[in-house]
Amino acid sequence: MNMLAVKGLSKSFGGVRAVERVNFSVAAGELLAMIGPNGAGKTTCFNLINGQLRPDAGEIYFEDRKIQGLPPRERCRLGLGRTFQVAATFGSMTASENVAVARLSRERKLGSLFTSFRGSSGKETRALLAQVGMESQADRPCAELAYGDLKRIEFALALAARPRLLLMDEPTAGMASAERGELMRLVADIARRENIAVLFTEHDMDVVFRHADRVIVLADGELIAQGTPAEVRADAQVRRVYLGEEAAHA
Amino acid sequence: MSSSSVLIQFLNGLAGASSLFMVAAGLSLIFGVTRVVNFAHGSLYMLGMYLAVWLAERVGFWAAVPLAAVAVGVIGALAEISVLRRIYKAPELLQLLATFALLLLIKDFALWAWGPEDMLGPRAPGFTGAVEIAGGAFPQYDLLLIILGPVVLGFLYLVLKKTRWGILVRAATEDREMAGALGVNQRWLFTGVFALGALLAGLGGALQIPREPASLNIDLSVISDAFVVVVIGGLGSIPGAFLAALLIAEAKAFCIGLGYSQATLVIEFVIMAAVLVVRPWGLLGRMPVLARPGTAEPPFARPSLRLRWTLAIVAAALALLPVVSGGYTLVLLTDMLIFALFAASLHFIMGPGGMYSFGHAAYFGLGAYAAGMLVLREKFPMELALALAPFAAGFAALVFGWFCVRLSGVYSAMLTLAFAQIAWSAVFQWDALTGGSNGMVGVWPAPWLSSKPAYYFLTLLVCASGIIFLWRMIYSPFGHALRAARDSPLRAEASGIDVRATQWEAFAIAGLAAGVAGALYAFSKGSISPEALGIQRSVDGLVMVMLGGIQTLSGPVWGAALFTWLQDAAARNVDYWRAATGIVILALVLVLPRGVGSLLQARQ
Repeated sequence: MNMLAVKGLSKSFGGVRAVERVNFSVAAGELLAMIGPNGAGKTTCFNLINGQLRPDAGEIYFEDRKIQGLPPRERCRLGLGRTFQVAATFGSMTASENVAVARLSRERKLGSLFTSFRGSSGKETRALLAQVGMESQADRPCAELAYGDLKRIEFALALAARPRLLLMDEPTAGMASAERGELMRLVADIARRENIAVLFTEHDMDVVFRHADRVIVLADGELIAQGTPAEVRADAQVRRVYLGEEAAHA
Repeated sequence: MSSSSVLIQFLNGLAGASSLFMVAAGLSLIFGVTRVVNFAHGSLYMLGMYLAVWLAERVGFWAAVPLAAVAVGVIGALAEISVLRRIYKAPELLQLLATFALLLLIKDFALWAWGPEDMLGPRAPGFTGAVEIAGGAFPQYDLLLIILGPVVLGFLYLVLKKTRWGILVRAATEDREMAGALGVNQRWLFTGVFALGALLAGLGGALQIPREPASLNIDLSVISDAFVVVVIGGLGSIPGAFLAALLIAEAKAFCIGLGYSQATLVIEFVIMAAVLVVRPWGLLGRMPVLARPGTAEPPFARPSLRLRWTLAIVAAALALLPVVSGGYTLVLLTDMLIFALFAASLHFIMGPGGMYSFGHAAYFGLGAYAAGMLVLREKFPMELALALAPFAAGFAALVFGWFCVRLSGVYSAMLTLAFAQIAWSAVFQWDALTGGSNGMVGVWPAPWLSSKPAYYFLTLLVCASGIIFLWRMIYSPFGHALRAARDSPLRAEASGIDVRATQWEAFAIAGLAAGVAGALYAFSKGSISPEALGIQRSVDGLVMVMLGGIQTLSGPVWGAALFTWLQDAAARNVDYWRAATGIVILALVLVLPRGVGSLLQARQ
């Protein structure tokens, strides 16, 4: 079954076409990598799917349900999780409080005015932190954590919503290369185990070809190729975009 | 209305738009380059009026107008060099507070220099008559104003498009860092822009003297009008300011023409609401670039055991106090408790909420007025009035808050001030209901509460409970959602939190709590005046919160106590308490930006 299907998605900013008639889909449990040079429209695509931006044209289906017009929070409640290119966490809270906020949000318990905020020490919170390898940092304020750790916390935040589709915009950006492989392995493991579909962008081609089930390639806002990692690697047009004209002929 | 009077009203509107445009354009220009919203811009306009009236007696009207404008420009440059230059890198809130301090200083300067009475200006020689237009008489001077608005717009356009300086200004508006990297001397560019913006405000004021007298209240009414204009037109857009000034001035002129002068405030509000719903960044504005992430606030530590004990001991001491003391001490302590609740309610939205309110007194005052009206006009028992009045404040906060949470940062701060000014004007003008400038008298508590100790106990009980409720909420799930929305709105939305609804609810809760404080205040004094919701009270609240430290839990409560005591001492000894407050704010912003509480923390 398709978790996500995007049809004819287009968006321009003041005459500049950022995303142009893009079609693709992600199946349940599938890891789909979206690659392309800087400015290809990857983040715009993410912001359209996540609901931060409104498309000029095209349709977005989540589990065969049209989700255009829904704000990001409602897409989250349907099961569409997201992490950002620059890790976004709640800086004034500890790691476990961060996760607990996301968890209580899922349970619709954040409106309570007079009860105490318990949940940062809950079993589920601990388990989520353990899953991303951050259990030992649970009580440290996010403002003090290293950037790579923030990326992990944000991943746990997204998982706390129990998503069935995760949009991860450069999940390993800003991390050391050893750390990158490790985090991506973690994402792939969890996604496969829990049958979560993942759509991610990534500049590190090693990471892409090692973990993605399928790859789609954007250039200048248009989808120019898609297929298995091997197919995409062999695609002449992709090589041209990435390596330049001469290299492709060489 | 006949077609000729429609034309006359239309021309009246155009004449009114000119001065408004000049102030708003200056405000927009300064914001575009320095990213500072100058709360003192209305004060510069006021200064332009006073200077022009004063100079006109000495050098004649036509020399006085440009001289006054230039003088205000020079004053603006001096203010930029001495204060603003030091705080361009400071958090937004401190910048707003610093310009607020300038507003207070200028007001007291005008009071000192020209006294409290309104000053009537001369008429413009050569433009004293009227011309006949479509069968009606129209002042010649107003025709001149109608022409001057577009002339200034054209002049600004030429300066910005054609001169090298203008190109630099536009570059800095687009991208401050990039302009800096290109070798633009930012210091003098900023000073120059500030001077030009101030000059425009001064010119707008000076040109207005044949039409209305210079008065000390004009600064706030002009700045709130200017805020409304730039919010409607789009902050940073000069053509937008022109368009919005026209829109507002025309709407006002037609309200007055039709005989509904009271409706001018409402119409302003309605237009702004309509524009914001359709175009949140104004008619010609663009979405502001969001502040970069990474400015995380420290967490609010859970109250330590020591703090809990301190608070318990203070509360017990306060409860026992009437045994040993009485009279004036109790009156002062009652005030301190009321303002502690007021400050805690403001802190609730500013600290954990991250929303700036420069008009929180509106809710305090509406609580007070609602209590007074329920007792005096509806003959409700005092206890019932005290219980119901805060809901009036909460309701107002619900209505105003709906708009404020749709905007962020400085936009939202401007709106809170504009709303407070609208509420103040409504109370001030609506004589029949509120007693106008005289206020209401005879708002006394029920007999069993009328003794000083009894009312003191009631205040202690209500304020302490209110503060405890607010503090509990900070650590509740809702409080965490509120902090999440402040820390990272994008992340909060992506995690399923409705950021606006959360902030809206917090705004209403804070308004309700301020309303409780206001209602208690009304019964403690026995009378209410429009000052209860004046801008000064909003500023007091801000100073209390700042004094105690915004990112602490109990700081604002200590700040309120300290400030109330200081003000009580100062009011009896200092004539210019506004200026004194202004100096305290500037000292806080420039020397102790993290509050007095930070001194204590540093020692530990």
